Amino acid sequence: MYTQALNSSDGDDRGVEDVARASQFQARIDADERIEPNDWMPAAYRKTLTRQISQHAHSEIVGMLPEGNWITRAPSLRRKAALLAKVQDECGHGLYLYAAAETLGTSREELVDAMLSGKAKYSSIFNYPTLTWADIGTIGWLVDGAAIMNQIPLCRCSYGPYARAMIRVCKEESFHQRQGFEIMVTLCRGTVEQKAMAQNALDRWWWPVLMMFGPPDQVSQHSDTSTKWKIKRFSNDELRQKFIDATVPQAEFLGLTIPDPGMKQNENGNWVHSPIDWDEFKQVLAGNGPCNRERLAARRKAHEEGAWVREAAMAYAEKRKSRQLAQAAE
Amino acid sequence: MATPNVPLWEVFIRSRNGLAHKHVGSLHAADSTLALQAARDIYTRRGEGLSIWVVPSNAITASDPSEKGMMFEPAESKIYRHPTFYDVPDEVGHM
Repeated sequence: MYTQALNSSDGDDRGVEDVARASQFQARIDADERIEPNDWMPAAYRKTLTRQISQHAHSEIVGMLPEGNWITRAPSLRRKAALLAKVQDECGHGLYLYAAAETLGTSREELVDAMLSGKAKYSSIFNYPTLTWADIGTIGWLVDGAAIMNQIPLCRCSYGPYARAMIRVCKEESFHQRQGFEIMVTLCRGTVEQKAMAQNALDRWWWPVLMMFGPPDQVSQHSDTSTKWKIKRFSNDELRQKFIDATVPQAEFLGLTIPDPGMKQNENGNWVHSPIDWDEFKQVLAGNGPCNRERLAARRKAHEEGAWVREAAMAYAEKRKSRQLAQAAE
Repeated sequence: MATPNVPLWEVFIRSRNGLAHKHVGSLHAADSTLALQAARDIYTRRGEGLSIWVVPSNAITASDPSEKGMMFEPAESKIYRHPTFYDVPDEVGHM
Protein backbone atom coordinates (compact mmCIF):
# COMPACT_ATOMS: atom_id res chain seq x y z
CA MET A 1 0.00 0.00 0.00
CA TYR A 2 1.51 3.29 -0.89
CA THR A 3 -0.30 6.33 0.29
CA GLN A 4 0.44 9.81 1.37
CA ALA A 5 -1.76 9.33 4.42
CA LEU A 6 0.39 6.48 5.66
CA ASN A 7 3.56 8.36 4.98
CA SER A 8 2.72 11.50 6.86
CA SER A 9 3.77 10.15 10.26
CA ASP A 10 7.20 9.21 8.98
CA GLY A 11 8.92 12.53 8.57
CA ASP A 12 11.76 11.97 10.97
CA ASP A 13 14.32 10.70 8.48
CA ARG A 14 14.49 13.90 6.46
CA GLY A 15 17.69 15.76 6.91
CA VAL A 16 18.93 13.28 9.48
CA GLU A 17 21.70 11.05 8.24
CA ASP A 18 22.14 7.99 10.31
CA VAL A 19 25.31 6.14 9.36
CA ALA A 20 24.19 2.73 10.57
CA ARG A 21 20.81 2.97 8.90
CA ALA A 22 22.39 4.26 5.71
CA SER A 23 24.69 1.25 5.50
CA GLN A 24 21.78 -1.12 6.21
CA PHE A 25 19.87 0.65 3.46
CA GLN A 26 22.74 0.24 1.00
CA ALA A 27 22.98 -3.45 1.94
CA ARG A 28 19.31 -3.90 1.05
CA ILE A 29 19.88 -2.19 -2.30
CA ASP A 30 22.94 -4.34 -2.99
CA ALA A 31 20.84 -7.43 -2.24
CA ASP A 32 18.36 -6.25 -4.91
CA GLU A 33 15.60 -5.72 -2.37
CA ARG A 34 12.86 -3.23 -3.26
CA ILE A 35 12.54 -0.14 -1.09
CA GLU A 36 8.92 0.59 -0.14
CA PRO A 37 7.37 3.94 0.89
CA ASN A 38 7.30 3.38 4.64
CA ASP A 39 10.83 1.97 4.80
CA TRP A 40 13.65 4.12 6.11
CA MET A 41 15.60 5.79 3.31
CA PRO A 42 18.33 8.46 3.21
CA ALA A 43 16.97 11.97 2.72
CA ALA A 44 18.98 12.31 -0.49
CA TYR A 45 17.44 9.12 -1.94
CA ARG A 46 13.98 10.51 -1.22
CA LYS A 47 14.89 13.85 -2.75
CA THR A 48 16.50 12.38 -5.88
CA LEU A 49 13.53 10.10 -6.54
CA THR A 50 10.96 12.82 -5.87
CA ARG A 51 12.77 14.99 -8.41
CA GLN A 52 13.16 12.25 -11.01
CA ILE A 53 9.66 10.71 -10.75
CA SER A 54 7.88 14.08 -10.69
CA GLN A 55 9.91 15.33 -13.68
CA HIS A 56 8.96 12.13 -15.44
CA ALA A 57 5.28 12.74 -14.60
CA HIS A 58 5.46 16.35 -15.79
CA SER A 59 7.01 15.14 -19.06
CA GLU A 60 4.09 12.77 -19.69
CA ILE A 61 1.59 15.57 -19.07
CA VAL A 62 3.39 18.25 -21.10
CA GLY A 63 4.04 15.59 -23.77
CA MET A 64 0.29 15.52 -24.45
CA LEU A 65 0.50 19.03 -25.91
CA PRO A 66 2.63 18.58 -29.06
CA GLU A 67 0.63 15.50 -30.04
CA GLY A 68 -2.75 16.86 -28.99
CA ASN A 69 -2.00 19.58 -31.55
CA TRP A 70 -2.74 17.06 -34.36
CA ILE A 71 -5.78 15.17 -33.02
CA THR A 72 -8.27 17.33 -34.89
CA ARG A 73 -6.17 17.26 -38.06
CA ALA A 74 -5.30 13.55 -38.22
CA PRO A 75 -5.57 12.34 -41.83
CA SER A 76 -8.11 9.56 -41.16
CA LEU A 77 -10.49 8.33 -38.49
CA ARG A 78 -8.17 5.37 -37.79
CA ARG A 79 -5.21 7.69 -37.19
CA LYS A 80 -7.34 10.03 -35.10
CA ALA A 81 -8.64 7.26 -32.84
CA ALA A 82 -5.10 5.92 -32.36
CA LEU A 83 -3.63 9.33 -31.60
CA LEU A 84 -6.41 10.12 -29.15
CA ALA A 85 -5.81 6.80 -27.37
CA LYS A 86 -2.09 7.52 -27.27
CA VAL A 87 -2.55 10.97 -25.75
CA GLN A 88 -4.95 9.47 -23.17
CA ASP A 89 -2.26 6.93 -22.32
CA GLU A 90 0.26 9.73 -21.76
CA CYS A 91 -2.15 11.30 -19.30
CA GLY A 92 -2.55 7.94 -17.55
CA HIS A 93 1.24 7.56 -17.38
CA GLY A 94 1.52 10.99 -15.80
CA LEU A 95 -1.02 9.99 -13.17
CA TYR A 96 0.67 6.65 -12.33
CA LEU A 97 3.91 8.56 -11.92
CA TYR A 98 2.43 11.32 -9.75
CA ALA A 99 0.97 8.57 -7.53
CA ALA A 100 4.41 6.96 -7.26
CA ALA A 101 6.08 10.31 -6.51
CA GLU A 102 3.51 11.11 -3.82
CA THR A 103 4.46 8.02 -1.84
CA LEU A 104 7.71 9.84 -1.05
CA GLY A 105 5.78 12.42 0.93
CA THR A 106 5.11 15.34 -1.44
CA SER A 107 1.49 15.81 -2.52
CA ARG A 108 0.49 15.80 -6.18
CA GLU A 109 -0.81 19.33 -5.82
CA GLU A 110 2.62 20.55 -4.64
CA LEU A 111 4.31 18.69 -7.49
CA VAL A 112 1.94 20.15 -10.08
CA ASP A 113 2.35 23.63 -8.65
CA ALA A 114 6.16 23.27 -8.91
CA MET A 115 5.78 22.47 -12.62
CA LEU A 116 3.35 25.32 -13.27
CA SER A 117 5.61 27.82 -11.53
CA GLY A 118 8.50 26.71 -13.72
CA LYS A 119 10.51 25.45 -10.74
CA ALA A 120 10.31 21.78 -11.79
CA LYS A 121 11.62 20.64 -15.16
CA TYR A 122 10.19 18.27 -17.75
CA SER A 123 11.84 16.54 -20.70
CA SER A 124 13.44 19.06 -23.07
CA ILE A 125 12.04 17.23 -26.11
CA PHE A 126 8.52 18.58 -25.59
CA ASN A 127 9.70 22.13 -26.16
CA TYR A 128 9.98 21.45 -29.88
CA PRO A 129 7.01 22.12 -32.19
CA THR A 130 5.01 19.57 -34.21
CA LEU A 131 4.90 21.31 -37.58
CA THR A 132 3.53 18.55 -39.82
CA TRP A 133 1.71 15.22 -39.57
CA ALA A 134 5.07 13.49 -40.09
CA ASP A 135 6.13 14.89 -36.71
CA ILE A 136 3.47 12.70 -35.09
CA GLY A 137 4.97 9.65 -36.78
CA THR A 138 8.49 10.70 -35.80
CA ILE A 139 7.52 11.31 -32.18
CA GLY A 140 6.01 7.85 -31.87
CA TRP A 141 8.93 6.20 -33.63
CA LEU A 142 11.84 8.12 -32.06
CA VAL A 143 10.67 9.96 -28.95
CA ASP A 144 8.69 6.99 -27.66
CA GLY A 145 11.46 4.68 -28.86
CA ALA A 146 13.99 6.64 -26.82
CA ALA A 147 11.60 6.72 -23.86
CA ILE A 148 11.28 2.92 -23.98
CA MET A 149 15.10 2.55 -23.92
CA ASN A 150 15.15 4.72 -20.80
CA GLN A 151 12.14 3.16 -19.14
CA ILE A 152 12.75 -0.58 -19.50
CA PRO A 153 15.69 -0.54 -17.05
CA LEU A 154 13.55 1.56 -14.68
CA CYS A 155 11.17 -1.41 -14.29
CA ARG A 156 13.95 -2.87 -12.09
CA CYS A 157 14.62 0.35 -10.20
CA SER A 158 15.17 -0.04 -6.44
CA TYR A 159 12.11 1.99 -5.47
CA GLY A 160 9.05 -0.30 -5.56
CA PRO A 161 6.28 2.16 -6.53
CA TYR A 162 8.39 3.65 -9.35
CA ALA A 163 9.33 0.22 -10.71
CA ARG A 164 5.69 -0.91 -10.64
CA ALA A 165 4.51 2.27 -12.39
CA MET A 166 7.16 1.75 -15.09
CA ILE A 167 6.01 -1.82 -15.73
CA ARG A 168 2.53 -0.53 -16.57
CA VAL A 169 3.96 2.34 -18.64
CA CYS A 170 6.27 0.09 -20.69
CA LYS A 171 3.44 -2.34 -21.51
CA GLU A 172 1.44 0.52 -23.02
CA GLU A 173 4.35 2.36 -24.62
CA SER A 174 5.02 -0.32 -27.21
CA PHE A 175 1.76 0.55 -29.00
CA HIS A 176 2.92 4.17 -29.18
CA GLN A 177 6.14 3.35 -30.95
CA ARG A 178 4.49 0.96 -33.40
CA GLN A 179 1.75 3.43 -34.33
CA GLY A 180 4.43 6.07 -34.98
CA PHE A 181 6.49 3.76 -37.16
CA GLU A 182 3.37 2.76 -39.11
CA ILE A 183 2.75 6.43 -39.89
CA MET A 184 6.35 6.73 -41.11
CA VAL A 185 6.07 3.60 -43.28
CA THR A 186 2.89 4.95 -44.87
CA LEU A 187 4.45 8.36 -45.58
CA CYS A 188 7.66 6.83 -46.95
CA ARG A 189 5.68 4.59 -49.33
CA GLY A 190 3.53 7.56 -50.37
CA THR A 191 4.10 10.43 -52.76
CA VAL A 192 7.42 12.25 -53.18
CA GLU A 193 6.02 15.11 -51.07
CA GLN A 194 4.97 12.73 -48.29
CA LYS A 195 8.39 11.12 -48.18
CA ALA A 196 10.04 14.55 -48.13
CA MET A 197 7.81 15.47 -45.21
CA ALA A 198 8.97 12.35 -43.33
CA GLN A 199 12.62 13.18 -44.04
CA ASN A 200 12.10 16.77 -42.91
CA ALA A 201 10.58 15.61 -39.61
CA LEU A 202 13.49 13.22 -39.03
CA ASP A 203 15.95 16.03 -39.76
CA ARG A 204 14.37 18.26 -37.13
CA TRP A 205 13.84 15.61 -34.41
CA TRP A 206 17.01 13.49 -34.65
CA TRP A 207 19.37 15.64 -32.58
CA PRO A 208 16.81 16.67 -29.91
CA VAL A 209 15.96 12.97 -29.50
CA LEU A 210 19.63 12.08 -28.91
CA MET A 211 19.70 14.82 -26.26
CA MET A 212 16.79 13.11 -24.42
CA PHE A 213 19.27 10.64 -22.90
CA GLY A 214 20.92 13.49 -21.04
CA PRO A 215 24.45 14.90 -20.90
CA PRO A 216 27.45 12.69 -21.73
CA ASP A 217 28.68 10.46 -18.91
CA GLN A 218 31.72 12.61 -18.08
CA VAL A 219 29.55 15.60 -17.13
CA SER A 220 26.32 14.05 -15.84
CA GLN A 221 25.71 15.34 -12.29
CA HIS A 222 23.31 12.70 -10.97
CA SER A 223 24.72 9.47 -12.35
CA ASP A 224 27.05 8.19 -9.62
CA THR A 225 24.69 8.11 -6.66
CA SER A 226 21.78 7.04 -8.85
CA THR A 227 23.81 4.06 -10.02
CA LYS A 228 24.84 3.20 -6.46
CA TRP A 229 21.16 3.28 -5.43
CA LYS A 230 20.10 1.23 -8.48
CA ILE A 231 17.79 3.94 -9.71
CA LYS A 232 19.86 4.06 -12.86
CA ARG A 233 21.16 0.83 -14.35
CA PHE A 234 22.75 2.10 -17.55
CA SER A 235 24.63 5.33 -18.23
CA ASN A 236 23.30 8.07 -20.53
CA ASP A 237 25.85 7.24 -23.22
CA GLU A 238 25.15 3.51 -23.05
CA LEU A 239 21.43 4.06 -23.54
CA ARG A 240 22.03 6.59 -26.32
CA GLN A 241 24.26 4.08 -28.13
CA LYS A 242 21.67 1.32 -27.78
CA PHE A 243 19.03 3.61 -29.21
CA ILE A 244 21.13 4.68 -32.21
CA ASP A 245 22.11 1.11 -33.02
CA ALA A 246 18.45 0.06 -32.94
CA THR A 247 17.28 3.04 -35.00
CA VAL A 248 19.77 3.11 -37.89
CA PRO A 249 18.40 -0.08 -39.56
CA GLN A 250 14.83 1.20 -39.10
CA ALA A 251 15.71 4.46 -40.89
CA GLU A 252 17.34 2.39 -43.65
CA PHE A 253 14.16 0.35 -44.00
CA LEU A 254 12.16 3.56 -44.38
CA GLY A 255 14.68 4.84 -46.93
CA LEU A 256 15.34 7.91 -44.79
CA THR A 257 18.73 9.50 -44.14
CA ILE A 258 19.83 10.21 -40.59
CA PRO A 259 20.97 13.85 -40.59
CA ASP A 260 24.50 13.07 -39.42
CA PRO A 261 26.84 12.73 -42.41
CA GLY A 262 29.77 12.04 -40.05
CA MET A 263 28.14 9.01 -38.44
CA LYS A 264 30.23 5.85 -38.85
CA GLN A 265 30.04 2.25 -37.80
CA ASN A 266 32.97 1.18 -35.60
CA GLU A 267 34.65 -2.24 -35.49
CA ASN A 268 32.11 -3.47 -32.87
CA GLY A 269 29.24 -2.63 -35.18
CA ASN A 270 28.13 0.40 -33.10
CA TRP A 271 27.15 3.57 -34.92
CA VAL A 272 29.26 6.48 -33.66
CA HIS A 273 27.48 9.82 -33.89
CA SER A 274 29.06 13.25 -34.47
CA PRO A 275 29.31 15.66 -31.51
CA ILE A 276 25.98 16.78 -30.05
CA ASP A 277 25.29 20.51 -29.68
CA TRP A 278 24.95 20.59 -25.89
CA ASP A 279 24.54 24.37 -25.93
CA GLU A 280 21.18 23.89 -27.60
CA PHE A 281 20.21 21.39 -24.87
CA LYS A 282 21.21 23.85 -22.13
CA GLN A 283 19.29 26.65 -23.81
CA VAL A 284 16.12 24.54 -24.06
CA LEU A 285 16.45 23.43 -20.41
CA ALA A 286 16.96 27.05 -19.38
CA GLY A 287 13.59 27.91 -20.91
CA ASN A 288 14.74 29.22 -24.28
CA GLY A 289 13.56 26.39 -26.55
CA PRO A 290 11.13 27.05 -29.40
CA CYS A 291 7.99 26.22 -27.34
CA ASN A 292 8.89 26.49 -23.61
CA ARG A 293 6.68 29.50 -22.98
CA GLU A 294 3.81 28.15 -25.07
CA ARG A 295 3.85 24.78 -23.23
CA LEU A 296 3.84 26.30 -19.75
CA ALA A 297 1.19 28.81 -20.73
CA ALA A 298 -1.04 26.00 -22.05
CA ARG A 299 -0.61 23.98 -18.82
CA ARG A 300 -1.35 27.03 -16.65
CA LYS A 301 -4.42 27.93 -18.68
CA ALA A 302 -5.81 24.38 -18.42
CA HIS A 303 -5.11 24.31 -14.69
CA GLU A 304 -6.72 27.68 -14.03
CA GLU A 305 -9.73 26.98 -16.20
CA GLY A 306 -10.24 23.68 -14.40
CA ALA A 307 -10.16 25.27 -10.95
CA TRP A 308 -13.93 25.79 -10.76
CA VAL A 309 -14.52 22.12 -11.61
CA ARG A 310 -12.26 20.98 -8.77
CA GLU A 311 -13.92 23.44 -6.39
CA ALA A 312 -17.43 22.40 -7.41
CA ALA A 313 -16.62 18.70 -7.05
CA MET A 314 -15.20 19.27 -3.56
CA ALA A 315 -18.15 21.48 -2.53
CA TYR A 316 -20.61 18.83 -3.73
CA ALA A 317 -18.73 16.09 -1.84
CA GLU A 318 -18.80 18.21 1.33
CA LYS A 319 -22.51 18.95 0.95
CA ARG A 320 -23.38 15.27 0.54
CA LYS A 321 -21.22 14.33 3.51
CA SER A 322 -22.87 16.87 5.81
CA ARG A 323 -26.34 15.83 4.61
CA GLN A 324 -25.53 12.21 5.38
CA LEU A 325 -24.29 13.18 8.83
CA ALA A 326 -27.45 15.18 9.49
CA GLN A 327 -29.64 12.25 8.39
CA ALA A 328 -27.68 9.88 10.60
CA ALA A 329 -28.19 12.19 13.58
CA GLU A 330 -32.00 12.27 13.16
CA MET B 1 -2.07 30.31 -5.34
CA ALA B 2 -1.40 26.79 -4.07
CA THR B 3 -3.76 24.12 -5.39
CA PRO B 4 -5.94 22.70 -2.57
CA ASN B 5 -5.59 18.98 -1.82
CA VAL B 6 -8.14 16.53 -3.19
CA PRO B 7 -8.67 13.26 -1.21
CA LEU B 8 -6.59 10.20 -2.09
CA TRP B 9 -8.14 6.81 -2.92
CA GLU B 10 -6.65 3.35 -3.31
CA VAL B 11 -7.86 1.37 -6.32
CA PHE B 12 -8.47 -2.40 -6.39
CA ILE B 13 -9.41 -4.26 -9.56
CA ARG B 14 -10.72 -7.77 -10.14
CA SER B 15 -9.49 -9.02 -13.47
CA ARG B 16 -11.55 -11.23 -15.75
CA ASN B 17 -9.73 -14.40 -14.72
CA GLY B 18 -11.73 -14.70 -11.52
CA LEU B 19 -9.00 -13.80 -9.04
CA ALA B 20 -9.57 -11.53 -6.04
CA HIS B 21 -9.50 -7.72 -6.26
CA LYS B 22 -5.89 -6.59 -6.40
CA HIS B 23 -4.38 -3.24 -5.51
CA VAL B 24 -3.33 -1.41 -8.68
CA GLY B 25 -2.54 2.11 -7.50
CA SER B 26 -4.06 5.28 -6.19
CA LEU B 27 -5.73 8.45 -7.46
CA HIS B 28 -7.24 11.71 -6.31
CA ALA B 29 -10.96 12.42 -6.45
CA ALA B 30 -13.47 14.58 -4.59
CA ASP B 31 -15.87 11.71 -3.82
CA SER B 32 -16.43 7.99 -4.39
CA THR B 33 -18.42 8.43 -7.62
CA LEU B 34 -15.67 10.48 -9.24
CA ALA B 35 -13.06 8.10 -7.83
CA LEU B 36 -14.75 5.14 -9.55
CA GLN B 37 -14.94 6.97 -12.87
CA ALA B 38 -11.34 8.11 -12.65
CA ALA B 39 -10.25 4.56 -11.71
CA ARG B 40 -11.97 3.23 -14.82
CA ASP B 41 -10.20 5.79 -17.00
CA ILE B 42 -6.77 5.45 -15.42
CA TYR B 43 -6.51 1.75 -14.62
CA THR B 44 -8.80 -0.11 -17.07
CA ARG B 45 -8.17 1.41 -20.51
CA ARG B 46 -7.45 -2.04 -21.97
CA GLY B 47 -10.12 -4.18 -20.35
CA GLU B 48 -8.01 -4.96 -17.29
CA GLY B 49 -10.97 -5.48 -15.00
CA LEU B 50 -14.59 -6.42 -14.42
CA SER B 51 -14.97 -4.84 -10.99
CA ILE B 52 -13.40 -1.88 -9.22
CA TRP B 53 -13.20 -1.01 -5.53
CA VAL B 54 -12.08 2.42 -4.39
CA VAL B 55 -11.17 2.94 -0.73
CA PRO B 56 -10.23 6.21 0.96
CA SER B 57 -6.49 5.88 1.63
CA ASN B 58 -6.83 7.14 5.16
CA ALA B 59 -9.32 4.33 5.94
CA ILE B 60 -6.58 1.74 5.57
CA THR B 61 -4.68 0.52 8.60
CA ALA B 62 -1.33 -0.98 7.66
CA SER B 63 1.20 -3.01 9.59
CA ASP B 64 4.40 -1.20 10.45
CA PRO B 65 7.25 -2.36 8.19
CA SER B 66 9.84 -1.63 10.87
CA GLU B 67 8.09 -4.17 13.13
CA LYS B 68 7.74 -6.86 10.51
CA GLY B 69 10.19 -9.12 12.33
CA MET B 70 8.04 -9.28 15.46
CA MET B 71 4.77 -9.18 13.55
CA PHE B 72 5.47 -12.27 11.47
CA GLU B 73 7.69 -14.16 13.92
CA PRO B 74 4.91 -16.54 15.05
CA ALA B 75 4.78 -18.06 11.55
CA GLU B 76 8.56 -18.35 11.17
CA SER B 77 9.10 -21.23 13.60
CA LYS B 78 6.10 -23.39 12.68
CA ILE B 79 7.46 -25.56 9.91
CA TYR B 80 4.93 -28.24 10.90
CA ARG B 81 2.28 -26.09 9.21
CA HIS B 82 3.75 -27.03 5.82
CA PRO B 83 2.96 -30.34 4.07
CA THR B 84 6.64 -31.05 3.44
CA PHE B 85 7.20 -31.41 7.21
CA TYR B 86 5.53 -34.82 7.13
CA ASP B 87 7.13 -38.00 5.81
CA VAL B 88 5.04 -40.21 3.59
CA PRO B 89 6.64 -43.47 2.39
CA ASP B 90 7.60 -43.41 -1.31
CA GLU B 91 5.47 -46.49 -2.01
CA VAL B 92 2.34 -44.49 -1.22
CA GLY B 93 3.00 -42.21 -4.20
CA HIS B 94 1.67 -38.71 -4.56
CA MET B 95 -0.45 -37.41 -1.70
